[in-house]
Amino acid sequence: MEIARPAPAPSPTPTGPAPAHPLPGVLPAALPPRTPLMRRLDAFDWLYALALVLGAAFALVRYHPVMDVYDDLILVLHVPVLAVIGWHWKPFRAFLAAVALLALASIALYQGELARAEQTFLLKYLISSQTAIMWMSALIFIATGAYWLGLVGRSDFGERTGSALTWIAATMGTTGLFVRWYESYLLGPEIGHIPISNLYEVFVLFALMTALLYLYYEGRYATRRMGAFVMIVISAAVAFLLWYTFTRDAHEIQPLIPALQSYWMKVHVPTNFIGYGAFAVSAMVGTAYLLAERGILATRLPTLRVLEDVMYKAIAIGFAFFTIATILGALWAAEAWGTYWQWDPKETWALIVWLNYATWLHMRLTKGLRGAVLAWWAVVGLLVTTFAFVGVNMFLTGLHSYGAL
Amino acid sequence: MHSGIARALFELLSSMRFAIALLTILSIASVVGTVVRQNEPFNAYLNQFGPFWFPVFEKLGLYSVYNAGWFLVILAFLVLSTTLCIVRQTAPMLREMRSFRERAREASLRSFAHRASLVPAVPEADAVARAQAYLAHAGFASRVADNGEGTLLAARQGSAGRIGYFLAHGAIVLICVGGLLDGNLPLRLQVWLGDKHTTAGNQLIADIPESARLGTGNPSFRGDVFIPEGRTTSFAVLGLGDGILLQELPFNVALDKFHIEHYENGMPKRFASDIRVTDRSSGETTRHTIEVNHPLTVDGITLYQSSFEDGGSKLAIRARSLLPGRPGVLREIEGVVGESLAFGDAAAGFAYTLEFTDFKAFNVEDMSGTRAAEGEEGEAAARGMDKLQRHLGSGAKGSEVRDLRNIGPSFTFKLRDAAGQAREFHNYMLPIEQDGRWFLYTGLRDAQADAFRYMRIPLDEDGRVDAWFAIRDRLLDPAQRDTLVGRFAARSFPAGRGQDAMRAALVQSARQTLGLFAEKGYETLGGFIEQSVPEAERGQAADVLVRILQGLAFEAWALHRESAGEPAPELNPARATFLNDSIAAISDSHFYGAPAWLQLDGFEERHATVLQATRSPGLPLVYLGALLLVLGVFAMLYIRERRLFVLVKPNEALVAMSSNRRALDVDETFRQHVEGLAAVLGAPVPASDLREGA
Ligand code: HEM
Repeated sequence: MEIARPAPAPSPTPTGPAPAHPLPGVLPAALPPRTPLMRRLDAFDWLYALALVLGAAFALVRYHPVMDVYDDLILVLHVPVLAVIGWHWKPFRAFLAAVALLALASIALYQGELARAEQTFLLKYLISSQTAIMWMSALIFIATGAYWLGLVGRSDFGERTGSALTWIAATMGTTGLFVRWYESYLLGPEIGHIPISNLYEVFVLFALMTALLYLYYEGRYATRRMGAFVMIVISAAVAFLLWYTFTRDAHEIQPLIPALQSYWMKVHVPTNFIGYGAFAVSAMVGTAYLLAERGILATRLPTLRVLEDVMYKAIAIGFAFFTIATILGALWAAEAWGTYWQWDPKETWALIVWLNYATWLHMRLTKGLRGAVLAWWAVVGLLVTTFAFVGVNMFLTGLHSYGAL
Repeated sequence: MHSGIARALFELLSSMRFAIALLTILSIASVVGTVVRQNEPFNAYLNQFGPFWFPVFEKLGLYSVYNAGWFLVILAFLVLSTTLCIVRQTAPMLREMRSFRERAREASLRSFAHRASLVPAVPEADAVARAQAYLAHAGFASRVADNGEGTLLAARQGSAGRIGYFLAHGAIVLICVGGLLDGNLPLRLQVWLGDKHTTAGNQLIADIPESARLGTGNPSFRGDVFIPEGRTTSFAVLGLGDGILLQELPFNVALDKFHIEHYENGMPKRFASDIRVTDRSSGETTRHTIEVNHPLTVDGITLYQSSFEDGGSKLAIRARSLLPGRPGVLREIEGVVGESLAFGDAAAGFAYTLEFTDFKAFNVEDMSGTRAAEGEEGEAAARGMDKLQRHLGSGAKGSEVRDLRNIGPSFTFKLRDAAGQAREFHNYMLPIEQDGRWFLYTGLRDAQADAFRYMRIPLDEDGRVDAWFAIRDRLLDPAQRDTLVGRFAARSFPAGRGQDAMRAALVQSARQTLGLFAEKGYETLGGFIEQSVPEAERGQAADVLVRILQGLAFEAWALHRESAGEPAPELNPARATFLNDSIAAISDSHFYGAPAWLQLDGFEERHATVLQATRSPGLPLVYLGALLLVLGVFAMLYIRERRLFVLVKPNEALVAMSSNRRALDVDETFRQHVEGLAAVLGAPVPASDLREGA
């Protein structure tokens, strides 16, 4: 390797602090750049950012009448956040673009009339909210099958299919939620609200978040072999969702009760579900770890080190967001119920979940407690999380009234 | 020796293993309070657990776990242990953050998991300068030291992550301390030290003794402020254990109006209180509206919309007699919700206290239950694709037909007898339609924990309730029995057709049937059949009795109409149904347990709001703690500390890296740095041994 301009020999100081920029001339252009992100951006990245800005501006102008100052603020904040996510994780840009196109197409087809959901073919069978969510559900099941075929049948094709279908499922699900948001306003301006207000809606959110988090790790670690496991938990969520739809008619849009009419809901709930989704991923990767450790599928699954690393990364991100979510919940409670913490069962179980993963992180720092113990703990963690998520609503009573089965 | 034990204790409490144990114990302890419902009235627990376990669980503090001594001790341990942990870690962490470890030896660098050996193409001094430049460029702070084995460049990055440790763990201490200030510990200390005593909740404010009152100076409290419309209050009620304390507020709060709004489907849409707050020292008054999610802070006290109750609605009531032989209206009553009055009649031999407990102007119910049978058929028809089809489209519709209806005002009251036993009733003001028939519903229950059982009083074809009362009176009053039986027998077997013997037999059994029915309705009739009829013939016997009863009821109805100057009714299917409904309700009325049915004639609604008033001195601490916690957690998890060493010797540059979190990305980072260094030093990139475990 050639060095462009050899520097004159310095007189090295034997000891003491190094000067801030000794000999700037010696660095060849081949070095990895110092601020990699900004310089690595290509035309597509900037186009994407521009689209985000324009999209936000359009939404601000178009939907201004129904948005308050907090909505405006959150919308504007989404631009840099989504930009950074898209810059770091390229496939996300295409995903977002597809969601935007489908959602806008659906809104255009509705022409402001709910009844058109029954009359317009594309709405009825593709992109009305319920139909889109049904598509998501079906695709999740098929993707799960494909990943398993790929894993057991040692077929790359299977895994690639699973991955593609999961992306499409996530796209349909996200579109479904956005369209549902719009439909709720068609029911009546006072009924309109973001679709994260009851157990049905958050289950869709959970399926989406878990799928997206998994897809991120799939890209990051360049392996599709964990998909078979993670998709199990998403399929279970979707199965519940379908049961809930078909037996309880849970999908019917309901107006917001006074306790939920708060901007805190819009930030508290999604943050929470980043946490739940990440914990779900960690548990399923933990399951894969436990199997691989016993030699089951060991030749097909990624190495134990990779599995352990994904488990840690997922729990770290889950813990960080769950911390924020719990704090946001406390701030909201302070405003709605008059006290930031009152040991309501839902709150208490959130605390238990949080303490559980704090314990996990400490165990990882302690020598000797690694591998299998951590994997088991992550699996049990999902049970605790599931109880906090649905079990509390089913078995305990409290102030979180929106989630009763 | 002594200090040896203290030292060991310090080591234990501040250790990571202790932290793990503590966090686990705290999680498990928290579960307890979610299993047992918290802060219910004590007699609810007594009912639930029985007289043996009730006091045991009370001693364990299970009814208020999170305020129980043992739980606070666990929290105290968390604070202590975290504090000690911070104390213990401070010095080493600061040392770590400052130090470059420029004294590292070659042997130890060679034992690093991440190490590589490069052969620079430039002279030694040049190599040092270039490596130094590279490190600065890659965002490392570095030191140069000549350690005798060569020139060591000791560089580090991301030490700020360690600050995260202090932020997050300090935040936990802050939050716990703040939470303790806002919990009920300060209140309990005042009770304990200030000689305060809780008192029973059901008394007038004026009667509450000084020992149960807290002054406006109380730094920390949370209580309920109950204000009926048009009234003013200056107190909050604090619950503590099974009693209450009265908290004086520095201002008066008056409720002008309480708003309840509903969506079309009957779900609540808005609860809001229009209040006036008057500062007692300055006399200044301000108007505000408090809503759920929109509290108000005055004088450091925050008022929240917590719930609402009836604030003394006025009810105009007619007590229709259920006493046989005394038809008509017993009394007209002017009732006020929340108040009670004497309700007795010496002649009829009853004496109750009538307590009006609640009134609701709206009751939205799903009335589709009556069409359940129909719905199920529909369900069976829709299978497979059909069923899926119904769930496609917008989220605006359910596939079920729900029939939400406002079924009008209702009120509840209790009748308490001389022995103190009470029975609770729930009466609707307006009739409710079911399958084309109209009924007045009245519910009763003996214990708060039970559901109401409803008696349905049928209305006649003109929508009047009088007919049922008249039929009932005639069927149950022994004095009218002969007339009824006589008419019934005469209609069945008209005189002069030689059927006298059969008529006599019918009179006999009709009289017996009526006598039995007057005792306990269908229950006595059923008992009679079971005792006196062989099993094979019971169904037939029951049929006969029911038909006799219907005939008698028809006569009672006809008599009633004749006495009012109306023509006797012609029997048709609708009227037969009315008579059946009437007999069923009369049978049920034997178990009604009240001398009268209270009919609501009119009302004047008055709400009361329940606000929650809190003063929480710990709030700023908790919020600051929350902020630090988030910053700290992100710093710990996402600022990666890396130490990079480059030992430059005459023919070698030894590169080694360490990191405090053993994650996979360390491998990747290390490979990048080795490649970068190799580039500036003009060295070939070593092929393997870059990766731990590779
Ligand atoms: C609710 C209580 C606690 C929470 C939420 C908490 C949270 C955390 C988190 C998130 C980490 C970073 C873990 C990682 O980087 O993987 C951490 C590290 C640590 N915690 Fe805690 N902790 C708690 C209590 C304690 C207690 C009681 C102790 C000591 C007895 C303790 C000692 C430590 C130590 C020594 C570290 C390592 C710091 C470092 O190496 O940078 N923690 N804690």
